[in-house]
Amino acid sequence: MNTTDHAAVTLRPLLHEIHHALQRLAQVGEEHTIDLEALPFGPGDEALLLEFLGSGEVAAQLHALGESRVLESRFPGVWLVTHFSEEGVRLAQQLEITRTPALLRTPQEELGVAVEQFAQALREQGGADDV
Amino acid sequence: MSAHITLGEALRRRGVSRRGFLKFCTATASMMALPPTMVGAVAEALESAPRPSVIWLSFQECTGCTESLTRSHAPTVEGLIFDHISLDYHHTLQAASGDAAEEAREEAMHAHWGNYLLVVDGSIPLANPGYSTIAGMSNLDMLKESAEGAAAIIAVGSCAAFGGLPKAKPNPTGAVSVADIIKDKPIINVPGCPPVPSVMTGVLAHYLTFGTIPELDVYGRPKVFFGQNIHDRCYRRTFYDRGLFAKTFDDEGARKGWCLYRLGCKGPTTYNACATMKWNQGASWPIEAGHGCLGCSEPDFWDAGGFYRALSIPINDPAAAIGIGVVAGAAIGIASGAMAHRKKVEATHHREPLKVEQLEGKA
Ligand code: SF4
Repeated sequence: MNTTDHAAVTLRPLLHEIHHALQRLAQVGEEHTIDLEALPFGPGDEALLLEFLGSGEVAAQLHALGESRVLESRFPGVWLVTHFSEEGVRLAQQLEITRTPALLRTPQEELGVAVEQFAQALREQGGADDV
Repeated sequence: MSAHITLGEALRRRGVSRRGFLKFCTATASMMALPPTMVGAVAEALESAPRPSVIWLSFQECTGCTESLTRSHAPTVEGLIFDHISLDYHHTLQAASGDAAEEAREEAMHAHWGNYLLVVDGSIPLANPGYSTIAGMSNLDMLKESAEGAAAIIAVGSCAAFGGLPKAKPNPTGAVSVADIIKDKPIINVPGCPPVPSVMTGVLAHYLTFGTIPELDVYGRPKVFFGQNIHDRCYRRTFYDRGLFAKTFDDEGARKGWCLYRLGCKGPTTYNACATMKWNQGASWPIEAGHGCLGCSEPDFWDAGGFYRALSIPINDPAAAIGIGVVAGAAIGIASGAMAHRKKVEATHHREPLKVEQLEGKA
């Protein structure tokens, strides 16, 4: 990895933190999140980090109060989650060291509603007296 | 919007899904500089947070703080400030003016007595109340009256927090800060000229979320945003540590992004969140743009000895008057220093006040 002077100072500890978190996930299943907005990145640091992480097998898009992107890096278990506002302005960016980012799982609170909605849709299809 | 509705309900009514709500909480926690592990606590608190009322007073100010806040694209700024927090009175932003505006303020105060959040930007002139009035009422009277029924006060910007620019020597209006006048209410100072927009919304969001005052430093600033100095979080620090400094704004050091200390950077004595939260939706910040920190979130920054004077160089140091790093040898150094000192003394003797025509380029 080619790093500039300040990138070496900012990024090396961060990469070690990610590596350590990945080890904990593999060994004991402990999850970890790093808020990238809270780091004092200099010009080019973020691009270098993203280049280092690369992209893996999963890329998901969410549409809830604006777009969110969930990308697995080339290291399975290291995810980049980026949130945008409805106007497309970036609001937050986090690295999640986890097997599945929570945002991708269907929220428990919405399952009950989903059952109802499905039943309604079936009824509207007609002839579904058994729902 | 009803005073009893919670933010969780408000968002659900707007058709926001659970995922949308969690995203909102993630962005809010990040804006409040809370660790990601706190997102759950933020979600829980926001689910049940009641809607507080906000009254915003603007005194001797330039409207830069309001501009900064309303240009912020924090996740919640419209929703949080205008829909949810409910700005009951802001005389710069609201359509009503004069008596109608004052009625709105009095109504809001009356309806939420003891519970509203008072936000103040601008300093208060004590030399003559006529220097700044709203609907014929002096800033001092309006502050005292509005503070009485407030649960807490947020002094936004260096003027409200410390007196700011109006208080710069010789302080012609006798400007003072909110804390110089109000002694019996919790006051959160959010200085900066203007403050970082996301710091302002972060402080408002903290109050809205937890209903408490964040931990404050000796100047009444929330430690979560003002607990670290710029120098300790600056990406140019590696150059400072190695003694690599830009000496002019266009030399090799400046082009290579070296430390701006010798160009007067006040980062080592300034506490603020610019290095991490940055400006213009996180695009950049003064030091990244190539200019030293002015120290605008510190008390009396305007009178701190000159924006382009390096911190550890005494104000009257002759060498400093001709720039640092020119001393090729002791003899030359002493001679040029003496010349510079003489020139400076002469210039001081012959200084003439600048005329308006000169400023306008007519003279
Ligand atoms: S540019 Fe300013 S804040 Fe950054 S390292 Fe140099 S002196 Fe410190």
